Amino acid sequence: MPAVKFPGRYDSLAKIADLVKKATQEFGLDRLAAYGVETAVDEACSNIIEHAYGGEGKGEIEFNYRIKDNFLIITLQDTGKSFNPKSVPKPKINVPLKQRQETGLGLYFMHQWMDEVKYDTAGKTNVLTLIKRKG
Amino acid sequence: MVIQHTELKRCDVINIKGRIDSATAPKFAEVVNEIIEAGRFHIVFDMDGVDFISSAGLRVLIGTQKTCKRYNRGEVVLAAVPETIMASLELAGFTPLFKIFKDAVSAVGNF
Repeated sequence: MPAVKFPGRYDSLAKIADLVKKATQEFGLDRLAAYGVETAVDEACSNIIEHAYGGEGKGEIEFNYRIKDNFLIITLQDTGKSFNPKSVPKPKINVPLKQRQETGLGLYFMHQWMDEVKYDTAGKTNVLTLIKRKG
Repeated sequence: MVIQHTELKRCDVINIKGRIDSATAPKFAEVVNEIIEAGRFHIVFDMDGVDFISSAGLRVLIGTQKTCKRYNRGEVVLAAVPETIMASLELAGFTPLFKIFKDAVSAVGNF
């Protein structure tokens, strides 16, 4: 599939989700696994807009996917600030309501739903690769 | 996302349809805040028509639950949660934090 560019705005998320659904259908994932991939990509794109660009309308998100053997490989590229995933603490999941933090779930979801999450920076471009294995 | 709010005698029911993501969660939060500002803290989120929820939507759920449960003045309960949304709730560790009912009618009956 040729790469598709979207404006870095939250109203792009639903359009990106449509492409993700197409990709997971083509790859043959079941409904729940497909939903997980949709979630991971949505969280990744929201993070790009909020953290890499620091808000809406500051840059683009380039979406691409390919299927290789048993793997669906999705890439998201942006030209915002690069991101150090180690700087984000893991959310505390099993704690009482009062102690629940309201942030940090996005990155956690990406790692839970995908088999591999990779961050690379090439020049001014950040490349996030999300890999889902079938079966 | 389409939101419908019904004010009942003992609680408020919010029926949500479509996607709750970073684009739509602020509208969801706005509707919820209006109810809370009116001093009403017993709320049913009817999730029957929700086909996607991201962490932005989950933040609204947990934030509302914290606000409503403060001073034991109320509670948020969930109804008709689709399987995919339930998977996200479980992954986030939210299922022990909300009563979950099979449909809106039984959720309303809880109050």
